[in-house]
Amino acid sequence: MTLKLFTLLLEAALSTLGISLVSIAIGFVIAMLLSAALLSGKSVYILPARLFISFFRGVPLLVQLLLIYTLLPVIGINVPGIVAAIIGLSLCTAAYQAENLRGGFASVPRGLIEAADVAGFTGAQTFARIRAPIAIRLTFPALVNEAIMILKSSSLVSVVGIIEITKMAQDLASSTYQPIPIFASAALIYFVINSAIALLGRYAERSLKGASA
Amino acid sequence: MMFDPQVIIEKLPEIGSGLFVTLWLWIAGVLGGVVAGFVVATARRFGGKIVNAVLGTIVEMLRGTPFLIQIFLLYYGGPFVGLMLDPIPCGLIGLTVYSAAYYSEVFRAGYASVPVGHVEAAECLGMTRSQTISRIQIPEMALIVLPPSINLAIILLKESAVLSIITVPELTATVSAIGSQQYAFLEAIFILAIVYWVIVELTDRLGRMAENRLSRLRFSKA
Repeated sequence: MTLKLFTLLLEAALSTLGISLVSIAIGFVIAMLLSAALLSGKSVYILPARLFISFFRGVPLLVQLLLIYTLLPVIGINVPGIVAAIIGLSLCTAAYQAENLRGGFASVPRGLIEAADVAGFTGAQTFARIRAPIAIRLTFPALVNEAIMILKSSSLVSVVGIIEITKMAQDLASSTYQPIPIFASAALIYFVINSAIALLGRYAERSLKGASA
Repeated sequence: MMFDPQVIIEKLPEIGSGLFVTLWLWIAGVLGGVVAGFVVATARRFGGKIVNAVLGTIVEMLRGTPFLIQIFLLYYGGPFVGLMLDPIPCGLIGLTVYSAAYYSEVFRAGYASVPVGHVEAAECLGMTRSQTISRIQIPEMALIVLPPSINLAIILLKESAVLSIITVPELTATVSAIGSQQYAFLEAIFILAIVYWVIVELTDRLGRMAENRLSRLRFSKA
């Protein structure tokens, strides 16, 4: 295990970070749409949202990635592998984030929603200005956990050929014939990134609490 | 394209054997993880500062790194330290160790949920530590640890699909191999997704039933 190999792993870590961050962000937007659908009170929106959440939480991410990777070209969408990987991760994390947010939305005090109603807010305004901000603040720790889960799960995109930490480690391990130091270094990099996310999350949580007080 | 699941359905016996491997690896991994996780949580609680710190670090390492990397380390790195494992035993060990780390955290929270007064009362009554654990702490934490345990079991079923990458002949490996042989990869993956989905939903339902029964049992006796 030389410094050069470790540098290669670190470079690949940037790819892991990029894929994960983009997927979490897109997943968050989709999760908000799903939450809005679940709260709409209309079964035309509720049922598809429920089905989506149930499916993406009920099927292994590896299978979802394989499915999206094979399905996209068949329905005429030809995108680079990395885009397919990000779509897969985003849809999966959207389902989990929506499920986390559900608990947050359920704990928004009824009185606040009624007050917004009385003050003449439309349903969309109440959602965007009252319900969503409170639900996000309440479920923030779960969001941090989800970010860590996605960072770990992003190792699976190596299977569809995307170069990130895991794929790089695999390639290096087979070309240098030193799997233990290389996979251990890859594990260490994941561990350091995850610890950093957890630490940042706790810090952000504290400042969020300060903001609401 | 034509969506023709027929070619896959003809291969039902093979799919069945893949499903069997997935199910037994999953159940063995979960049971092993529950037992080992409970031992780890108990050791961390009663074993003193050093044991707690060492086990805590190992648990954090296992929880902070991807399962796939752990499996690669065991499968490809094992032979370099004299640990030659076939895919199935390697997968079973990997899954058990991984789940033990997560279950130990579930039981840690379980121990923390038991009111200190109950434990002190047991001590005052002269119960030994093992009596306190088996008669006070385990029954009291059961209802608290059940929902996260079921969730975790579901997560582990899905993680077990990763074992296909080290050629364990489980469901994902079997079905995607059939898909490639039959030039029906999309159909195969689609069926695969449905099978997992059904097992997950069933497990979820069973878990909720168990929860209801357990809470009835608990409150009727109180």
